[in-house]
Amino acid sequence: MNDSHVTNIHGRALPLRGADIDTDRIIPARFLRTVTFDELGGHAFEDDRAGGGHPFDDPRYQGASILITNANFGCGSSREHAPQALMRSGIRAFIGESYAEIFFGNCVANGLPCVVLPPSDVARLQDMVEADPALIVSLNLTQLTVTCGSLTLPIGIPEGAREQLVTGRWDSLGQLLEAGAQIEAAAARLPYIDGAFG
Amino acid sequence: MGRTLLHKVWDAHTVRTLPGGQTQLFVGLHLVHEVTSPQAFQMLRERGLEVRFPQRTFATVDHIVPTDRLQRPYQDVLAERMLQAIEQNAGDFALPLFNTDDERQGIVHIIGPELGLTQPGMTVACGDSHTATHGAFGAVAFGIGTSQVRDVLATQCLAMAPLKVRRIQVDGTLPPGVYAKDVILHIINRLGVNGGVGFAYEYAGTTVDAMSMEERMTVCNMSIEGGARAGYVNPDTTTFDYLRGRPYAPADEAFTRAVDWWQCMASDADAAYDDQVMVDAAAIEPTVTWGITPGQSAGVGATIPDPERMPAEARSSAREALDYMGFRPGQRLAGTSIDVAFIGSCTNGRLSDLREAAGIACKGKVAPHVTAIVVPGSRQVRAAAEAEGLDKIFTEAGFQWRHAGCSMCLAMNPDKLQGRQVCASSSNRNFKGRQGSATGRTLLMSPAMVAAAALEGAVVDVRAVLG
Repeated sequence: MNDSHVTNIHGRALPLRGADIDTDRIIPARFLRTVTFDELGGHAFEDDRAGGGHPFDDPRYQGASILITNANFGCGSSREHAPQALMRSGIRAFIGESYAEIFFGNCVANGLPCVVLPPSDVARLQDMVEADPALIVSLNLTQLTVTCGSLTLPIGIPEGAREQLVTGRWDSLGQLLEAGAQIEAAAARLPYIDGAFG
Repeated sequence: MGRTLLHKVWDAHTVRTLPGGQTQLFVGLHLVHEVTSPQAFQMLRERGLEVRFPQRTFATVDHIVPTDRLQRPYQDVLAERMLQAIEQNAGDFALPLFNTDDERQGIVHIIGPELGLTQPGMTVACGDSHTATHGAFGAVAFGIGTSQVRDVLATQCLAMAPLKVRRIQVDGTLPPGVYAKDVILHIINRLGVNGGVGFAYEYAGTTVDAMSMEERMTVCNMSIEGGARAGYVNPDTTTFDYLRGRPYAPADEAFTRAVDWWQCMASDADAAYDDQVMVDAAAIEPTVTWGITPGQSAGVGATIPDPERMPAEARSSAREALDYMGFRPGQRLAGTSIDVAFIGSCTNGRLSDLREAAGIACKGKVAPHVTAIVVPGSRQVRAAAEAEGLDKIFTEAGFQWRHAGCSMCLAMNPDKLQGRQVCASSSNRNFKGRQGSATGRTLLMSPAMVAAAALEGAVVDVRAVLG
């Protein structure tokens, strides 16, 4: 499927400042009382937004598709409801200093790239977008660059994740199923599976 | 050069290397709960797939269940719908479900070990970030997202990037009043909440060697709060003694054969590590968090730090924390008034935790302005505590004695903070809003410290109470 290839993402951006923004803040636990992901979009950062002045409610950033974050974004709970809530709010990619590992993996599993820049470059991008929210940010996972106005910077992303995204194979299930009977063979080598422990 | 447990377990469970360089890793034990699984089962249905290894898959209910009453249907229709979904999914896919009417029900990370499902040398996965708890047995245990729950259901495999190993060697005797919870809070404070990204933590040293399995579980449980996806302790006689006779553990001669294999899977004495950290147990104090990340903590005798004097990278988070918590730099942690005391969770909801807390609770009464609840981690923990009379000690002191579940650790059930209440909590996260109120405040500490705070009505040094 061509539309599964994630190579270039263009769009307006939304700077979301702060270190250690956890997945409880992205989607509070009460919204996990559901058996689907369908209704999550409207609840992203709901409690943070209740205090007023949250960038998600700033009209200048309406329609933004790229979130610019700081260190350890997505830490805490493994809830995939977090990237789902952001995706269903229109977010297609993340640019930041660093990400928690489970969040990163959950994003890849949904075709959402999380790329890194040094803190000073993240701050620069956040400043630029705050000054001019109409700026178009372009992520290129082939060239490994981000472009914003006249500025182009190199971005980082682990090669395995990049490869999954650009080849459209970020849906890991298909790949895992391809192992076929190798899975049962691997299980049979384990003494606790093969019955050696009774 | 020898190998670590992580590398041995990894190699033993490798199905193949994937094109992007990740490992297709076989999962020996898949634990399922009601919150992160319904979408995964739906994806299986949409693709016409079965559960590949139903005999390696076990389900329970913990996050959503009320702890004040067991009657179904639940008053919360959304919670009831989630229970019905896991009942339907377990039925349709022929999986064992330890439901609320089953004596084996409880928090997924408490029942896996107590049933003997969790064993050394295994890979374990669960759609819950605290799955590292199972690493206490020398298993390699991963918290995963719902797409990965789907992957494990359908293939019993995960696509995983290799991990580095950091050995955290804790040596010495823990002073009285200092518990496993303090050890892990201390480690997170020192290495940072994202210090473990890319690593598995191997906890070792004489302090860890001397710990019970329940204490080791408390330490491994909070690996994720330090950014490490997995954490483990090498299996030893403490591990084997714990497992002997458990329902799903090997029996008789098979147990002896299992012990041989388990011992082989432990890290070699000359194993190479990517990093090593030394921790002095004698220097650890009863620890309390003052902020909004589990790394923002200090000894109970300390004062709240001044963000302006902190390293640049910690400053803005500390400012945000003090603003949210309503604390001032220089304010003493001890004496901070609390409104709620919560004893429980996958971190500290085991029998030994309840014993430690009861040992404090028997010395007084819960302060009049404090609501104090004790939530055993499983039905078996609850029954064992009642057999010892711990429930009587708690209720006579003014604590509420509840049924098993995750409860106020993440407040998906009716147990929630109200408004800006301050909660002394034996759980694992002090994030903004974590305990069910968008402005609620959490102080993480050991169960004994929570019990002491409940009696005092304020944070207090448990060592003074112990005398």
